[in-house]
Amino acid sequence: MASQIHFLDIKGKPLLSRDYKGDIPSNTIEKFPLLLLDLEDENSADYKPFINHQGINYIFILHNNLYLCGLTKKNENIMTIIIFLSKLITVLTEYFKSLEEESIRDNFVIIYELLDEMMDFGIPQTTDTKILKEYITQDYYKLIKKSHDHLVQPPNALTNSISWRKDNIFYKKNEAFLDVIESINMLINANGQILNSEILGEIKIKSHLSGMPDLRLGLNDKGIFTSNNNTSTPISNNNNPGTDESNGKNIELEDIKFHQCVRLSKFENERIITFIPPDGEFSLMSYRLSSTQFLMKPLILVNCKTKVHKHSRIEILCSARAQIKKKSTATSVEIIIPIPEDADTPKLTPEYGSVKWIPEKSCLIWTLKSFAGGKQYHMRAELGLPAVNDTENLISKKPIKVKFSIPYFTTSGIQVRYLRITEPKLQYQSYPWVRYITQSGEDYTIRMK
Amino acid sequence: MSMQSMSAALEKKIRSFLQGPRKGETYELRNGLVSQYKHERKDAIQRVIQAMTIGKDVSSLFPDVLKNIATYDLEQKKLVYLYLMNYAKTHPELCILAVNTFVQDTEDPNPLVRALAIRTMGCIRVARMVDYIEIPLSRTLKDDNPYVRKTAAIGVAKLFDLNPEICIELGFLDDLKALIKDSNPMVVANALNALYEIKDMNNDPELSIFEINEEIIKNLLLCLNECTEWGRITILTTLNDYSTTDQEESTHIIDRVIPQLQHANPSVVLSSIKVILQHLPNIPVTAQRQSILRKLSAPLVSLVSSSIPEAQYVGLKNIRILLEKYPQILSKELRVFFIKYSDPLYLKLEKLEIMIRLANDNNSALLLGELKEYSMEIEPVLVTKAINCVGSVAIQLPGSVIKSINLLINLIDERGGELIVNDSIVVLTNILRRYPGKNDLITLIIPVIANHIDELNTPESLSSYVYLLGEYPKYFSHLSDKLKFLIDGFLEFDSSLQLLSLTTIVKINLVSENNAQYSNYLQTILELATKDCENADVRDKAYIYWRLLSSSSSSSAKEKIILAKLPPIKTTISTFNPVVLEALVNELSTLSSVYHKPSFTFIDPNAYSSLQTEDGKKRLKTSKSNIEDLTKLAKSEIINNSKNENLLDFDDDEEGLNDNGNTNGGSASLLDELNDLFSAPAVPQKDSQAAASANGGAGSINDILNLFNTNQPPPAQSAAFNQDFSNLNVSTPSPSPSIPNTGTRSSKPSEDLLDLF
Repeated sequence: MASQIHFLDIKGKPLLSRDYKGDIPSNTIEKFPLLLLDLEDENSADYKPFINHQGINYIFILHNNLYLCGLTKKNENIMTIIIFLSKLITVLTEYFKSLEEESIRDNFVIIYELLDEMMDFGIPQTTDTKILKEYITQDYYKLIKKSHDHLVQPPNALTNSISWRKDNIFYKKNEAFLDVIESINMLINANGQILNSEILGEIKIKSHLSGMPDLRLGLNDKGIFTSNNNTSTPISNNNNPGTDESNGKNIELEDIKFHQCVRLSKFENERIITFIPPDGEFSLMSYRLSSTQFLMKPLILVNCKTKVHKHSRIEILCSARAQIKKKSTATSVEIIIPIPEDADTPKLTPEYGSVKWIPEKSCLIWTLKSFAGGKQYHMRAELGLPAVNDTENLISKKPIKVKFSIPYFTTSGIQVRYLRITEPKLQYQSYPWVRYITQSGEDYTIRMK
Repeated sequence: MSMQSMSAALEKKIRSFLQGPRKGETYELRNGLVSQYKHERKDAIQRVIQAMTIGKDVSSLFPDVLKNIATYDLEQKKLVYLYLMNYAKTHPELCILAVNTFVQDTEDPNPLVRALAIRTMGCIRVARMVDYIEIPLSRTLKDDNPYVRKTAAIGVAKLFDLNPEICIELGFLDDLKALIKDSNPMVVANALNALYEIKDMNNDPELSIFEINEEIIKNLLLCLNECTEWGRITILTTLNDYSTTDQEESTHIIDRVIPQLQHANPSVVLSSIKVILQHLPNIPVTAQRQSILRKLSAPLVSLVSSSIPEAQYVGLKNIRILLEKYPQILSKELRVFFIKYSDPLYLKLEKLEIMIRLANDNNSALLLGELKEYSMEIEPVLVTKAINCVGSVAIQLPGSVIKSINLLINLIDERGGELIVNDSIVVLTNILRRYPGKNDLITLIIPVIANHIDELNTPESLSSYVYLLGEYPKYFSHLSDKLKFLIDGFLEFDSSLQLLSLTTIVKINLVSENNAQYSNYLQTILELATKDCENADVRDKAYIYWRLLSSSSSSSAKEKIILAKLPPIKTTISTFNPVVLEALVNELSTLSSVYHKPSFTFIDPNAYSSLQTEDGKKRLKTSKSNIEDLTKLAKSEIINNSKNENLLDFDDDEEGLNDNGNTNGGSASLLDELNDLFSAPAVPQKDSQAAASANGGAGSINDILNLFNTNQPPPAQSAAFNQDFSNLNVSTPSPSPSIPNTGTRSSKPSEDLLDLF
């Protein structure tokens, strides 16, 4: 697949490299900084995550001011290369907490080991951090102590058909914790109209279960998993999302994606989710509901008016309303309002909560620790502007961003009916727990006028 | 010779005398490597690897590092192995010293060590390693532990890379084929991968590496659900390469692959889509095919909701290909492609490409609203693209023309600025070229343009304006002043603008005869163009006009030539040449899918194998003839398939090919030429800017075309121009009822022209 993998700094200087095949000269990567410069120099629109130069294809992804770059001469599967590089980032992040120049320099030995284990002759092998941690670790002494007589062995799971779970896991108390997390992305225009909205749902499981348990998850799937292709009646727009209680409404989860432990053909044929879970935390499934069927009201509606007095000051009047059930409460609400870069001397008067001025990010952050359903609050801010200025700069197109989380509540109405746990050999008593939470996604934004 | 080696040895001695005892980093490391304490040795090895990582040459420590290879400490062993792999090439002799340890390690009780040893042996790319690898490799291929077997499977590919003859002679290929039926899915996947690698490296056409048959496919389908994500991709690749015409088999494959669309790994999803589309034509019932296609829409969209922007980008590029092949596949999705503020620019631009292809009468209002937002953004490239997209909507959907035009006019009024005015005017002109002569549109557009003439400063927008001036002179007030401006600035203009100004003034003179002022202008501009202008194209064109106007031909003949209408623009959305599209659909998810070029245009077929041995030359020869075949094939296909292609350009390329055909290093440039051949149809008549910028170079072509067309479009339409040229060729022999008319019309002007000379 990839002949070489390189870790490079933001200027394209190599930090660490691994040559898997030897079919590309090892100094080829030295051209990368120049190629990168060309990409960015000519016109920022020309930047693309791949370059073809003198028959060599450079495929790279950007992460924390680092480039991870794969080289190949062949017409390879580029999606696979990109996903592999991103998996590499995931694994290394799970090993070192964060992946940056510093952590690469400090951990080069283990990175080499991992690179060797994750890819051989350019072919991806294992990218599961949990399994890798079984036999590649920073703390070798521990491993050696544990198994003094015989050295570290490759975990069976590495080549089993169940490649994500090791044998002989034991817990005194067998528990499984389910988190149903729905992230809301919404694009709202200055008039409060929703342009685009989607729910990105995820079911996370923290499994503390012994042996090889077989799990079966039941959702309120009346209508959820059926009618995949038939037309479904969309939920009417004027429905308050807060009152959307599940009971078999025709919710159509779009493109459900499962962790590799889920038996996909069983799901395809019988619509049943069964799996042997990995140990510890993992993301069992994700789904998406987009506004084509599901236009909702904004959960947190923000209305912001700005008035610019040229050469003197800017006035901001902002109101926020929690359009959720009265019983529910949104917590850790943050409303991030962009302001001109050169604004200063803020006078901030929130009706509720607190407002902070973050000059280095040119924004105000209005924080409301708890925000009960149905309530509405106002905030007024005034900032000085420099006397000499050209007005063009004031038109910042940066949108307002809102962060929040609403516990005990899913917007789509998805519910876990049961989680059946069976371990044929050990036959223990087990306890499943379920939590629901709705939160803002990466892009819950309101455009400014 | 001996003198030389002696003096070299002497020099070495002197050097070591000077450097040896000094305390340097290398000295310290060497001391550490031979220390009597275990932990000091290990520490030294780590520091050696560190130095190696940052690019220092620590190859002089080779013998000392090698001494540490025999150890029970797995980590230390790995480090030494790593060092060996890196420097084996420079110290092949010393490397052989390590062979014994390797061979021993392949018999170690610990499978991790066995696998490590066989993996590393394969990576030491020294020719002599071949002599030692046979026994360990065949032993590990039959190892009880699947982890060792899967590593050994790849070892076969490594050996093939090093020495294909020996690899075949020792029967390793058959061993590998046997592993396809292994009980362990990971071993199966790696065996397949190794076979693929060998297939790519192989340059012996006689040798058949492996054939996928029904039985293997059955086995692989069973394996599919047991594999890791990477194994699944390999199996899916094999399923894609397997061609069958058997309907039942195809149905079975599709049924088995559909569940994979739900996999969390986008690459598994895209590979599954590819397999399904590959086998789809074998399904005879249309309704069934439609229902399968519908199942692909959500997975395709999911590629765009990945959290990795780079992966999203690849997804979008592939979606663009599929949209052209299956235009209905995402007809209900538009919102998912809306731009997010946090998207990197390259993603935003590609999303616009998709959005514009999804435009229909139902979503046009929504789309235009979004485009308006984007045209208010800060990034100039995005603004330009958004404005061009508004134009595409207007050109694509007659129902949205007025809305689009009003949007652009509002934009000019509200935001204004050089960029917006210039870009909008080019787009507005294009819209008028799509709906020529429509009074309501003209009265809407012309006044806006007339109000902003002072702000026009790009050659494209000025050309658009001058073209409109010639096309619709009645709608402009103070025409005389405007023409005077063209005369005054004529010598400073860009040559494309000079050509247009010339045409415009000639045209205006023809429609408003007997206007003394205009004929005055005509006289001036013809003189300027023929006497003071340096550009030969402009001069030639002026002469042609001059002679034509002063010839005795009837005025109706002159009008036919000078006032001939341009063909309306049909679309501003680029499409692929059908041949290219087929190739791209077959190469979905690969690099060609993101470059939007078939692989043979950018992949050097003889670049696969790394070892440039004697048979490298042989290979070069065969590949060259391959390229020539491909060139021929490509040429014939282009001629057959593209009517709106610039044939003159093509001739240029042919010459280039012949020139390069003889030179030795010609293969790369040959490919380049091919590249050009194909990139042209891939982005034909794209946006006006590209076409306009090409205009400078293609000036001479334009001129020749002008002879036939005798009509000056703005350079913005030079692409459409070529179309016109080929239309001329095509329409003459076409057996339509109007043939006598077209025949005479197209031949008459040229006869007239001949008369002139």
